Amino acid sequence: MATRALLNALSKRPLHFSTTLISRSASTLVLAEHENGSIKAQTVSAVVAAKSLSEDNSVSLLLAGSGQSLKDAAKHAASCHPSVSQVLVADSDKFKYPIAEPWAKLVQMIQQSGEYSHIVSASSSFGKNVLPRAAALLDVSPITDVIEISSSSQFVRPIYAGNALCTVRYTGANPCMLTIRSTSFPIPPSSADSKCNEAPISEVDLSTLDEDYLGKSRYVGHTSQDAERPDLGSARVVVTGGRGLKSAENFKMVEKLAEKLGAAVGATRAAVDAGFVPNDLQVGQTGKIVAPELYLAFGVSGAIQHIAGMRDSKVIVAVNRDADAPIFQVADYGLVGDLFEVIPELIEKIPEKK
Amino acid sequence: MKIIVAIKRVVDYAVKIRVKPDKTGVETNNVKMSMNPFCEIALEEALKIREAGLASEVVAVSMGPLQCVDTLRTGLAMGADRGIHVEATTGLCPLNVAKIFKRLVELENPGLIFLGKQAIDDDCNQTGQMVAGLLRWPQATFASKVVLDKEKQVATVEREVDGGLETLSLDLPAVITTDLRLNQPRYATLPNIMKAKSKVIKKYTPQELDVDIRSDLEVVQVTEPPKRKAGVIVSSVDELIDKLQNEAHVI
Repeated sequence: MATRALLNALSKRPLHFSTTLISRSASTLVLAEHENGSIKAQTVSAVVAAKSLSEDNSVSLLLAGSGQSLKDAAKHAASCHPSVSQVLVADSDKFKYPIAEPWAKLVQMIQQSGEYSHIVSASSSFGKNVLPRAAALLDVSPITDVIEISSSSQFVRPIYAGNALCTVRYTGANPCMLTIRSTSFPIPPSSADSKCNEAPISEVDLSTLDEDYLGKSRYVGHTSQDAERPDLGSARVVVTGGRGLKSAENFKMVEKLAEKLGAAVGATRAAVDAGFVPNDLQVGQTGKIVAPELYLAFGVSGAIQHIAGMRDSKVIVAVNRDADAPIFQVADYGLVGDLFEVIPELIEKIPEKK
Repeated sequence: MKIIVAIKRVVDYAVKIRVKPDKTGVETNNVKMSMNPFCEIALEEALKIREAGLASEVVAVSMGPLQCVDTLRTGLAMGADRGIHVEATTGLCPLNVAKIFKRLVELENPGLIFLGKQAIDDDCNQTGQMVAGLLRWPQATFASKVVLDKEKQVATVEREVDGGLETLSLDLPAVITTDLRLNQPRYATLPNIMKAKSKVIKKYTPQELDVDIRSDLEVVQVTEPPKRKAGVIVSSVDELIDKLQNEAHVI
């Protein structure tokens, strides 16, 4: 670490020259999340973001895990986006579960041999957990939740629950580390049919990964919510209920409407705290950030923390009994009325769609 | 065992913030400041553990300008035993905070560190992970349940992750960052607020702790987010469906 600190100090002066170099050619490592043998959509968004860092950017995807599921995911990774030029695979029992300690160590190890200019991951619970730890090991400041890439060293990110946008310039040594908000980097539909160019897959040498502290955190278990409906983070339509629903029983109406629309179900913190729905449905500053084409809010007052999670939706519809509710200030279409009458009427009248 | 809790002074969560006209930042003069809500939860959890007899002392740490002492007093009034204020006049980024933290941990030797999962002003969600990384300690972020086993020196932590909950088991010492669902922070009572005035707050500067404060991030500008165009209020469900079909084309 001492030598790295020295290198950082030395690199301070000529940095302005080197940043112009970076903008012409960058090399980016993208931390990939995979599940059941395929790469998650958020990771592909991170590749899209990496691609926009510079014209000539070689993007490497890093996968870690073990067994057949990892092999399948690596195959998928190699052709998931035309920009991927290399797939790195770390196959070890240490990566059976996405735990921060070995992952961060892996990123540090790879950076020491790879010298990437950027390291990117999606702002998922995985990316937020792993990337800052890896950044600390590499002695650089990470940048969270980037929504816009202006150049290879200048980024825009929301602060104060999205009530202000902060443009930051990274002036430190390599690597510049980012987590990106996946809803801001949509995957172009064309990238799916570019199966022809498969990136080479190579195994990471893990012989130097052994460190005793890696065993100090252990995976115990996971409880997942049923995932019959579309994923909240990437759904085209989201139907959200707030405190106005009054009970878990009434929340079923929202779910029924969502079913009809093929939508994901979201909730406000009030609805989660009242026990209407599990907390992974929470939309807002501290929950999920969504940006669907259509966002329907029922019985949602529109607290700033909630708005932070949905303000980038294309069309916002609010139904609330209180005509003064702040949600109406961001809604494209508002309906002042009793949601217990409005929702059943919507369910009845909205055309069937498949 | 000693527990250290990090607390940050931020613009109160209910305040509607204003961006400065010169785009250098957000107006913080004459604005109500409070303890970051996630830090309150972190402190509450530490206090509960002490009250359960699993920890001997809770030390609250805050870094930043002189006024952080007010935030520390609030923490002491909630029940923290003593405070540490690292006075810094320039802004500190999470990497700076993590480095200062590492030094304080070397001095104080805690068995557990609690931090909020993110500060509601910079929304970084980094400091806890960086502290754990620098210390080489195990981390459990976004905790919604913490169970300590004093005998085995193990913390079992339920974490809020995308798509559900995950449980980790960590060997102490460890770093835990708190999510909203972990607990309901207590209010400080008047007698406790009075008592807090006599509790000790130790002062350091980053220089005294031998931490070099440098930043590799530069704020270019802070702007208001784009305004959404004004919406319309419709009068019936039929009109709403009509608008969504024929005007917005989303259903």
